[in-house]
Amino acid sequence: MSDVAVQHGMADVYEPSLFGAYSKKIGMWLFLLSDTLTFGALLFAYSYGRISNPAWPTPFGKESITNATIMTACLLSSSLTMVLGVLAARRRDRSWTRNWMLATMFFGGAFIVLHAMEWSHLIEEGMTPFKNPWAASVPQFGGTFFTLTGMHMLHVTIGVIYLGVVSLRKKFLPILLGIWLIAWLATPADNIFHTGVHVLLVGLVVAAVILFLKPKDYDAHDVEIAGLYWHFVDLVWMFIFPLVYLMSTRV
Amino acid sequence: MHDVAISHDEGKGQYLWVWGVLLLLTAVEVVLAYKRVFEPLRMLEALMILSVIKSALIIGYFMHLKYEIAAMKWVLMTAVVACLCLMCVFFPDAFRILYLGVK
Repeated sequence: MSDVAVQHGMADVYEPSLFGAYSKKIGMWLFLLSDTLTFGALLFAYSYGRISNPAWPTPFGKESITNATIMTACLLSSSLTMVLGVLAARRRDRSWTRNWMLATMFFGGAFIVLHAMEWSHLIEEGMTPFKNPWAASVPQFGGTFFTLTGMHMLHVTIGVIYLGVVSLRKKFLPILLGIWLIAWLATPADNIFHTGVHVLLVGLVVAAVILFLKPKDYDAHDVEIAGLYWHFVDLVWMFIFPLVYLMSTRV
Repeated sequence: MHDVAISHDEGKGQYLWVWGVLLLLTAVEVVLAYKRVFEPLRMLEALMILSVIKSALIIGYFMHLKYEIAAMKWVLMTAVVACLCLMCVFFPDAFRILYLGVK
């Protein structure tokens, strides 16, 4: 190996980076490509059923549409704060990078809470993955709705934890532990999210393993990559919102 | 490691502008759907066109793909193109079932 370095020089030993971008960025883009196809499959499954079935339920009234519109505004605003965080990171302004990322996490958290309230409301009305109270002949509505929106909610939750790790590092662990405990104890035992909040506990363990086994000072590249993931989550919602909610409004 | 370049023309004003357009397009979508301006088929087409415009703004400006080299843009757009092609297959087939039944 050293002979090669001596003969050809270091410039020849290392291949130029793909597309002139750093490898972590290429890696995240490739992951997002695969995730695009995952969400594409879920969206097509939902949309195929929606379009081909005249009896498809339309349970989303004024309250649901208002709620979903606020959720959309939250995600769009979170994308703005995230990109401002990336700009601050490029300026090496650590303070504003952290502040903008915390604002992004706030909007992401608001989205999760609003979405959980929406889910709880639908479940209270009798909707499950296998049946719904509005159209007995369309049992697949619950399954496709919960799978699609649940997968997206999981991505948003992972995104908030990801941003917390990058912006606060080890300081985020006790905060996440507190959020998990509060969410667990404050959610009624018969609510699905009483169990669902344990996703935060799993995230806490994974974040702790990453932060303790490979502690590092996250730089502007890491912030930009976290931003790519976050914007993708926003992007997916731009299709879920019209296909799931707006195409099934109850006026 | 590469330095993170800020050579292209970007700033807070540009992002605020894009954010405003995205919010405006969302408002248009909600009004179209809630007022039921179009029949379902036209509504689906209108909402999908608006969604594609919104996603292009997010990918281009927020995800900075606008500023990447052309080869990277083309490679990364393959998944999006694949999804759009599949949309052209699945959606007409769903309408076929609606009007003709499963045959």
